[in-house]
Amino acid sequence: MISAYWMPVYKYVRIRWGKPIDDAKDLTQGFFLEAMEKDFFRKFDPGKARFRTFLRTCLDGYISNEEKSASRLKRGGDVQFSSLDFGDAENGIGAAPETQARSTEEFFEQEWRRSVFNLSLDLFQSRLVEQGKQVHFKLFEVYVLDGLEDGRRVKYEDLAREFGLTAGTVTNYLAAARRDFRRAVFDKLRELTVTEDEFRREARALLGVDPE
Amino acid sequence: MRFLSDAAIERLVEEAESPDMSGTRYRIIQAIGEGGMGKVYLAVDTRLNRQVALKVLNLPFTDEHARRMATEAQVIARLEHPGIVPIHDFGKLEDGRVFFTMKFVDGRRLDQYARMETSLPALLRCFHKICETVSFAHSNGVIHRDLKPENIMVGAFGEVLVMDWGISKILAEGTGGFERREPADRARRNGVLSGDEQGEVSQPGPTEELVTGEGVALGTAFYMPPEQEQGRLDQQNRSSDVYALGAVMYFLLVGGPPERRPDTTLKWPSSDSSVSTRLKAICTMCLFLDQSSRYESAEEVGREILRYLDGEPVKAYKENLAERAGRWLKHNRVPVLLVLAYLLMRAIVFLFIRR
Repeated sequence: MISAYWMPVYKYVRIRWGKPIDDAKDLTQGFFLEAMEKDFFRKFDPGKARFRTFLRTCLDGYISNEEKSASRLKRGGDVQFSSLDFGDAENGIGAAPETQARSTEEFFEQEWRRSVFNLSLDLFQSRLVEQGKQVHFKLFEVYVLDGLEDGRRVKYEDLAREFGLTAGTVTNYLAAARRDFRRAVFDKLRELTVTEDEFRREARALLGVDPE
Repeated sequence: MRFLSDAAIERLVEEAESPDMSGTRYRIIQAIGEGGMGKVYLAVDTRLNRQVALKVLNLPFTDEHARRMATEAQVIARLEHPGIVPIHDFGKLEDGRVFFTMKFVDGRRLDQYARMETSLPALLRCFHKICETVSFAHSNGVIHRDLKPENIMVGAFGEVLVMDWGISKILAEGTGGFERREPADRARRNGVLSGDEQGEVSQPGPTEELVTGEGVALGTAFYMPPEQEQGRLDQQNRSSDVYALGAVMYFLLVGGPPERRPDTTLKWPSSDSSVSTRLKAICTMCLFLDQSSRYESAEEVGREILRYLDGEPVKAYKENLAERAGRWLKHNRVPVLLVLAYLLMRAIVFLFIRR
């Protein structure tokens, strides 16, 4: 759960609360530490609200309290979550000026999507590598993530030439990769949700599709 | 961890929501367009090894959405005409989404074509073909209701195709048994009401009925007549398409859609004096807000265009004597010049003999 939400939380603290880097790191780690110690995510009821909304409400409360007591260093500053790479999070902040224009709700939603897709891509990649399908992943990565600046798509023929495959093979590999990627996203979402209903709602929010 | 920009997220969503065609003979290549009800993809029919246009219903959907899209396929299948893209196949995916495939048209949208093709006669001939297609649909009891340059394709061989019949309506008379049902509540989206919120027609069947959208605007702003804009379904008929044809013609003449004004006056750009008065009159007659003042049919609009191209008088404009003479001279320029040359030569010969 922390792996999916720490980055949205960190960026939220940095941008929406306007905290400097070090304070934001401390607050992010302190927040998750307190959440685990007090186990307050258990209070979440998927029937009442989305987890993101619940988490953001908890976070706002936590930061307000920390500001009042000015004790964040005692709570979080001396704690390190080794897996949290704040440098990556900072790259994202600098590269996304459009986030400033979003409402708080939209901002957190988009950061959550970014985080889930990142984790899903990692899962998707590791599965394909395990199966010896590195080419599938590389094809998918190039096809989807290349040419973003000018909005152009790489052509199948160009991919075929670059990878030494036939256009038909590229089509088949990409079709299979899409299915695997979708499965990875759904699996990741299942880890992050409690009930089937919540899972379906989140799938629709993320992809606009109903999980099969 | 990689940084995913917003554009990258959009692409990933697009890939993930791309329909799973594994149980079918089709393989998706890329998305090429989006209608109200579904997305259109360029796909390959692996059995016949040819490219097709594949339209798949959007998710999430209801049974009603699925039925409407099936109806769109039936409408297209029913309209066999060179100006309407033929449908190849219809089916259902494992997740319940319906899809159909059509001939893939390798061409340009009319708005793109109009920016390239500057010859007015060529554009008018193209427009005449559109009128013929719409007239054919009308004669089969179907009105399109979303005619606009973006829904018309000009193919590589000059063929003109009217696309996107997603919000078409079957008229009651002479329709071969299509039925109607009571109004349903619909929502407007992005200024353009989409097919998935409309669904006007249905083939008769034991449980099927026709859904209407009384009180709700269906179609695209700028190209929509008032009766459509105000959702007066009972008044939407062939003349509604005549209005849209006028708006398409206006686009071809001035490069943009007609401006919406609260009064009844159609505004022409003051800088554009190149459009002839007769063409303006034809266009204006299509775009009358009062339905009874418009041309009676798309066929009549097409005939007017032919009359204009042939240098004949058009019904929409009463010429004075000078205009009639000017048009006659312009149309008969070659024989008039030949006669004048002949007379001049005779005069020269006559003068030469007299001397």
